Amino acid sequence: MTKHKAISLGMAMAGAAALSMTTGLGSALAADWKPAKPVEFVVMAGKGGGADKAVRYMQGVIAEEKLGPTITPVNKAGGSGAVALNYLKGKKGDNHTIMFTLNSFYTTPLRQPKLGVNIENFTPIMRMAEDTFCLWVNTARKDGNNIKSVDDFVKAAKAAGDKWIMAGTGKNSEDNLLTDFLNSAYGLKMKYVPYKGGGKVAKQLAGNNADSTVNNPSEQEGFYKAGNTRPLACFTDKRIPLFPDAPTFKEIGKDFVYYMQRTVVGTPGMSADAQKYYNDLFTKVFNSKKWQAYRKKKALQGDPLAGDDLMKYWKRERDVHKAMLKKMGAIK
Amino acid sequence: MTEIVYLLLDGFYVAFQPLNLALIVLGCAAGLFIGAMPGLGSVNGVAILLPLTYLVPPTGAIIFLAALYYGAMYGGAISSVMLGIPGASTAVATTFDGRPLAKMGMADKALTAAAVASFAGGTISVILFTMAAPPLAHIALVFGDPEEFALMMLAFATFIGLGGDDIAKTIFSICIGLVLAAVGFDTVSGEPRLVFFDITNFMDGVKFLVLAIGIYGIGEMLWTIEENTRAGGASQLSKATVSLKRTIANLRELVRSWKTMVMGSVLGYVVGILPAAGATPGSLMAYGIGKQISKDPDSFGKGNVEGVIAPEAANNAASTGSMLPMLTLGIPGSPTTAILLGGMVLWGLEPGPRLFSDEPSFVWGLIASLYVANFFAVVLNIAFIPAFIWVLKLPFTLLAPIIFVLCLVGGYAPTQSMYDVWLMLLFGIVGYLMRKLDYPLAPAVLAIVLGPLAERALRQSLLISGGELSIFVDPVNRPYAAFIMYAALVLLFLPLFMMIRRRLTSGKAASTEPS
Amino acid sequence: MTVRTAELVMAIVMGLFSAYLMMKSAELPYGWIPGEGPGGGAWPFWLSAIMLVCCIVMVVNWIRRTNPPSQDMEAFFPAGVLKNSGSVALVLTLVVGLFNGVELGGVTLLPAIGAYLAIFIFMVFYVGVLGRHDFVKTAIFSISVPVLTFLFFELALKIILPKGVTEPLFLPIFKYFGLGGL
Repeated sequence: MTKHKAISLGMAMAGAAALSMTTGLGSALAADWKPAKPVEFVVMAGKGGGADKAVRYMQGVIAEEKLGPTITPVNKAGGSGAVALNYLKGKKGDNHTIMFTLNSFYTTPLRQPKLGVNIENFTPIMRMAEDTFCLWVNTARKDGNNIKSVDDFVKAAKAAGDKWIMAGTGKNSEDNLLTDFLNSAYGLKMKYVPYKGGGKVAKQLAGNNADSTVNNPSEQEGFYKAGNTRPLACFTDKRIPLFPDAPTFKEIGKDFVYYMQRTVVGTPGMSADAQKYYNDLFTKVFNSKKWQAYRKKKALQGDPLAGDDLMKYWKRERDVHKAMLKKMGAIK
Repeated sequence: MTEIVYLLLDGFYVAFQPLNLALIVLGCAAGLFIGAMPGLGSVNGVAILLPLTYLVPPTGAIIFLAALYYGAMYGGAISSVMLGIPGASTAVATTFDGRPLAKMGMADKALTAAAVASFAGGTISVILFTMAAPPLAHIALVFGDPEEFALMMLAFATFIGLGGDDIAKTIFSICIGLVLAAVGFDTVSGEPRLVFFDITNFMDGVKFLVLAIGIYGIGEMLWTIEENTRAGGASQLSKATVSLKRTIANLRELVRSWKTMVMGSVLGYVVGILPAAGATPGSLMAYGIGKQISKDPDSFGKGNVEGVIAPEAANNAASTGSMLPMLTLGIPGSPTTAILLGGMVLWGLEPGPRLFSDEPSFVWGLIASLYVANFFAVVLNIAFIPAFIWVLKLPFTLLAPIIFVLCLVGGYAPTQSMYDVWLMLLFGIVGYLMRKLDYPLAPAVLAIVLGPLAERALRQSLLISGGELSIFVDPVNRPYAAFIMYAALVLLFLPLFMMIRRRLTSGKAASTEPS
Repeated sequence: MTVRTAELVMAIVMGLFSAYLMMKSAELPYGWIPGEGPGGGAWPFWLSAIMLVCCIVMVVNWIRRTNPPSQDMEAFFPAGVLKNSGSVALVLTLVVGLFNGVELGGVTLLPAIGAYLAIFIFMVFYVGVLGRHDFVKTAIFSISVPVLTFLFFELALKIILPKGVTEPLFLPIFKYFGLGGL
């Protein structure tokens, strides 16, 4: 009924006069639940990071195409998402709170059992995409060594031993997992240096303050286009269309595929009707031209996944991460 | 050079389109209000209003947000001066002299100075931006952890003299700020740290705003209530007045401080370009240097108008500076520009080294609108001064509760977490008690801003070097880091050296004197 | 309590706090890790150690009576000050508690009445009781401040404040402005 978005105080007041008052509180039937107030969209990461940008992008799509309610993003970055998970856990049964998660959704509860978070209790809504990872190097290294392939990279990194710096986002994070994989797969001793965000990591490489990174394509995009950095290979099933020259690790004999989920999660105990509402909402967002364009631009992959399928996917991924963290010695 | 002039003229053509001009004014006004709220700064403003920008074309959208950014930087000074509460970390240095001036009944003077200095900072930095973007962008890129750490040391060195008379209490205050900054999560080891009583919320850390609003907002208000009670019930927060004649006199007087303005602007711009540093260290360093070069350094902190001018020029210049790496490299120099960057992607623009050649009308339209936004921000700001003064003249028992409410809501708004409000209240009450016992608290507030940056840069540098401290003073491989580090060491030890020499000579004089 | 006593109490409390911080920091390695630099706990541990030293110096200064607070034999809280500052601090704490309620061991100490009603109560206390303004002024300020807060933060900036039991009252407003679902 009220398709009007309150966009600013002034406009809202002006617009309000034009609205009819015919809709009272109404008897919202259980079958067609819809939000009665703005929806809080918790981001498991800080302002300006990849997840935050995606949330603000979706907020924009929802606002622009008038798909749903007012979305208010709330950033809770602390403790690798521990604060956000704990917050959502405390909002049990709340139908007006949703969260945007990453792979820390699996790793943080595993690493911090004290939180008492069981991700099986959360309500699956929709996986919007899977982000990809590639191995990156600088095209104009200080030592003049022009690294063009994984072979070149292995040779150079071997020679450098533990002087080879691999920059990544956070300790025991996705980037750390991939670095450990490369170290053991190729017999390297690269030193992993954790930074606070993907953008910072990308910059370390472009400024020759690190020797390699395993950034998401979107994080290196600008430097790649300017010819500063180069992807050597990607941790994907198929080659990424944006980088036709970069093989997958599968192609060069190391079967290792790794993705980062970008998923919308509901509070534990959210009502089934609300779950259905958000499911429909994010299906609309997923199918919008804007989101499809964003996916293409950011080299995002992964089909939409919802309901029980999403829960199955979570359980599987959690076990995979558990095994990886154990191997790293991050958990017992 | 002539090419730049033509491009800029084209840019002005874009900026003066009626829609864009309207957006500039709207952005400035909105930013001014958001910035003036304690707790809300440019980050919140830009993040919150980002979705509105779908209604206009991309160029208009970034112009609106850039104007908002500027407006908020101006607005930050308003709460610093009037209430003594810095709305954002960039405005902390403004409180040092802005607040004493307001208490002395010269709030109008401080506000005018802040506006004019912001204008100078904004304009000078945009001129620098127009002339020298690409080479400076390169410096931003090669700036790594050792350089960042050296820069933090330089920032610490410049404001070493800000403490009180009691050395033990001053050092205590610096250290407690640094330790509180370490609460939450250690990025380098990936472990939770100082999570008191295992309360998960502490993993979010202790944020600058929580400490600043606690100490400067709630603590200071409680202290003011005490002072008023002791004085037998003062009725107003400040005996401020304003008139056209006073404003003109103030403006005239400001011209004399042009050197401070230029210094602050250039310094702020350069520091703003450097990633991670941003406007806060820039404004602190400008304050420190402003004190050094001032004719009357002793009056700094007691209400010297130059103490408002230096940081305000610097923080506005830094906000321009931080846009440079965003546009040319796609790296944000501050959280606000990180969100702007996200916005640009949304509008289908691609920040990066090719933006200047691919989208000239966007880039130059933005640059031109920065000039225009500056102009409107200063005009709006000065025009609003009488209104702000009127607010200050409200009876204390009407204004004080409003300030308390603003503190509570402002503490809650950025993270929307009650934990932050409780923490803020605790800092306010403890801060008030400490204040009664002459603990200087400004060093703690500054330390909580710079602490995390310094610790992280130090440890990341040492990881890279394999634990070798020499990475900071290696002029061959790390020339920038070494140069900045030497400068910091000189600044740090100069006052100490001078003091020892003075002691020695006076000691000698004393001993030669017949007793 | 005199200012002199307060100075000693504060130094001891802060000293204990510093020691606690040191203990808490020591949960992570606080030494120098070869090849890596300082461990995760080093930064807060050694800084807290400096804090502790500062507190010891303060106690020494207190014994030697070298700084102004250690010589000040006036009352730390003169009667009027305690009444004004103290009551404001107390009411402020209660008001924050009322935002979302306070519960201790399953017992509700303060009900969650939401930010707006709590702000209203605070304004009534400050303007009416402490400030002794007349009824009209009290009413104007106590009502307009929460209303303006709502308009500015919630409607214009979309920052949602806790509402507790008053939440149902706001739903029609959200509906009116089209902030909920379609």
